[in-house]
Amino acid sequence: MSFSIKKQGEVVVVDVEGQLIVGNRQELKQKVLDELEKGEKKFLIDFSQTGYIDSSGLGVLVSLSKKIREQGGELRLANLNDDLQTLFELTKLDTLFQISDTRERALESF
Amino acid sequence: MGGATVAFDLSIPSDVQYIEGIVELARQRCRELKFPAQKCSLNVPVALSEALSNAILRGNESLPNKHVRVRAIIDGGSLVFEVVDEGAGFDLKSSNIDCTTPENVEKEEGRGLFLMQRLMDSVESFVDDGNGVRLTLRR
Repeated sequence: MSFSIKKQGEVVVVDVEGQLIVGNRQELKQKVLDELEKGEKKFLIDFSQTGYIDSSGLGVLVSLSKKIREQGGELRLANLNDDLQTLFELTKLDTLFQISDTRERALESF
Repeated sequence: MGGATVAFDLSIPSDVQYIEGIVELARQRCRELKFPAQKCSLNVPVALSEALSNAILRGNESLPNKHVRVRAIIDGGSLVFEVVDEGAGFDLKSSNIDCTTPENVEKEEGRGLFLMQRLMDSVESFVDDGNGVRLTLRR
């Protein structure tokens, strides 16, 4: 499991490879907060290579979304597979995040 | 559980880094038993992760001298996971929070038990040489 960060235009894109769970959520949080501290405002997390997310992983997404909004920025999500879509619907987090089918659509939406 | 078969019975240290390996093992068993695909790729991984992280972080408070026992049992058409820690136990009913209400949906915590209950057919606590939670998933 790992996270890679790159900049596409004005958007910081984070790829989550593997699981987003209690054992690695802090790593994701810190990487995104570091970019936020540098002044970045637009963030996209791409889940195309993600297996599953546990409650602590979901919690980190909620926490990051709040912190980014507090700084006047936006966090959007893309490429949730059927399992992740089900998970977001179960927890009603699909109402909290703007979620796109593809990375391209998400990038265009900013 | 007459006629039940133990698929695995393991003891792990109180460290969350062990969770992924156990979950992968459980997912393989789920597939071998030909459970529906989403139950193997979503229900089992997420619910078992929650039970294990509760046991490690809350039950055993990540103390290195404490262990978590995890058993997978095949019982007829059901896959049962028992996760036992060395902590004081917790009351499932009093921990039951609806994380989907408008006042809770933006909270960082409080989804673990909710997810276990939504993704499994039953979630029960029990005492057996420690405090345990039993997750049952029917085919």
